Amino acid sequence: MSKQAFLSIQHVDKAFSRGGVTNEVLKDVSLDVNEGEYISIIGHSGCGKSTLLNIVAGLTGVTKGVVFLEGKVVDEPGPDRAVVFQNHSLLPWLTAYENVALAVDKVFARTKTKAERHEWTMRQIELVNMAHAKDRRPSEISGGMKQRIGIARALAMQPKVLLLDEPFGALDALTRTHLQDQVMQIQTELKNTVLMITHDVDEAVLLSDRIVMMTNGPSARIGEVLSVPLERPRKRLELVSDRTYIAARAAVLKFLYERHRFIEAA
Amino acid sequence: MSAPVLKLDDARASKAAPAAEVVAFRAPKAPSPLQKRAGDVLNWATTTLVPPLVVLTLLLLFWELVCSRPGSSLPPPSQVVTDTWELIVNPFYDRGGLDKGLFWHLLASLQRVALGYAIAVVVGVAFGVLVGQSTWAMRGLDPIFQILRTVPPLAWLPLALAAFRDGQPSAIFVIFITSVWPIIINTAVGIRNIPTDYSNVAKVIRLNGFEYFTKIMIPAAAPYIFTGLRIGIGLSWLAIVAAEMLIGGVGIGFFIWDAWNSSNISDIILALVYVGVVGFILDRIVAFIAGAVTRGTANA
Repeated sequence: MSKQAFLSIQHVDKAFSRGGVTNEVLKDVSLDVNEGEYISIIGHSGCGKSTLLNIVAGLTGVTKGVVFLEGKVVDEPGPDRAVVFQNHSLLPWLTAYENVALAVDKVFARTKTKAERHEWTMRQIELVNMAHAKDRRPSEISGGMKQRIGIARALAMQPKVLLLDEPFGALDALTRTHLQDQVMQIQTELKNTVLMITHDVDEAVLLSDRIVMMTNGPSARIGEVLSVPLERPRKRLELVSDRTYIAARAAVLKFLYERHRFIEAA
Repeated sequence: MSAPVLKLDDARASKAAPAAEVVAFRAPKAPSPLQKRAGDVLNWATTTLVPPLVVLTLLLLFWELVCSRPGSSLPPPSQVVTDTWELIVNPFYDRGGLDKGLFWHLLASLQRVALGYAIAVVVGVAFGVLVGQSTWAMRGLDPIFQILRTVPPLAWLPLALAAFRDGQPSAIFVIFITSVWPIIINTAVGIRNIPTDYSNVAKVIRLNGFEYFTKIMIPAAAPYIFTGLRIGIGLSWLAIVAAEMLIGGVGIGFFIWDAWNSSNISDIILALVYVGVVGFILDRIVAFIAGAVTRGTANA
């Protein structure tokens, strides 16, 4: 136990019971994540990857097994594991600034003065290039901008692990590309530990240090873990013809579409 | 093959050329702010004000025609105005007792409504939050609420009179009991419909119970709560007139009843107009507050 990984998911089982019917979602999932690592979890829909993320976030309990973060058991949600939700989940009655400030004011209530908190909030908003729209409400900004504020809110908590739940899933392809580049740049700067759920193979290969591929549910397991030994900073255009990139992409595709094809085609 | 096409283009270009020289528009003068404002007002008048006025005039004309025949049981509008002229021009007179201007009657009714409604808002939102929040509270209370809310407001009045032994608190109780149900039910629905995402956000940043209540729950449920509040204010105003007819004293309801007893049909008609207008204004006020408070919440 002395040499434990930064984030350690150990033999996690998860089953949901409803009306006497037990549905096993995850079976014996173990994963060690190092500090500063960018991990993608990829799999077909319904494979329990979101459940796994929620377990790490502390929003869902485990049936069996345990999650450690820096040696401490994770059993409730907290700002050290900030989540960027798939549908941004900004509070619609608050402006972009207020949404970030809500988190900042709560998380740093005791450790920062009011002026420092304001400055910190502004810094996060500037980090995602949203200073120009900080006083707009979520209904007045585009999907990509909402997600940027969602990311700013999560980063503002200075989480030990940043959890991204299909953060770019609801965006159009161009916005997604732009945001991926931005996240990559921020991660290079801040060296966050990131756990990202995705179903986009290119996104996984481009952003990750390691890709965790999950088998189909029920009772999903980690099928394979692929290291992506690409130099950072990574350039999208240069990678298109890079051998390592192509090989990694092929490996993931093979896993998803040959060995673990989604049977009940969605 | 390409040559003729080119020629065609040339011909078109040369034809179009002189036109370009002729075009010399004078820049249109930008309307001054005052002009623009006047335009807005005019636009508002034609779209919002004129149609109801036209319809109203037609209705009054029809009424005048129907009721002007000798022996008609109701007075025509012209007769109403002449009969009630004193009440119209002098709403503030007070000759002691029940002989007061309409303003005082309306004020008395509004005070009862304000008090009863205010209690209903506090109790309604509190119970709504309880029922929306806790499954057990919902299972226990919801069926009871569903039955009680169907009891007509006036049916509560005798019971209230028996309990309070006084007209004033009884009327206020009737207002309360009338308007509290839609507030409870709508608040509960609003609380139950708070997206899990919002509560997840609250959990991640570790809001405590009170912060969750003020920063997430109330704003998230606000559109629903205000729907309840709007229905509630409408019902209170409906109930006060009926309740006051029975309890007596100063108030627009009793004024109407009193006018009926002294066969002042014109007074009744005037009072009805006032009741309608005040009810409309009350509804608008709540709607306005709702709009100001829930800005942006409804469409996320």
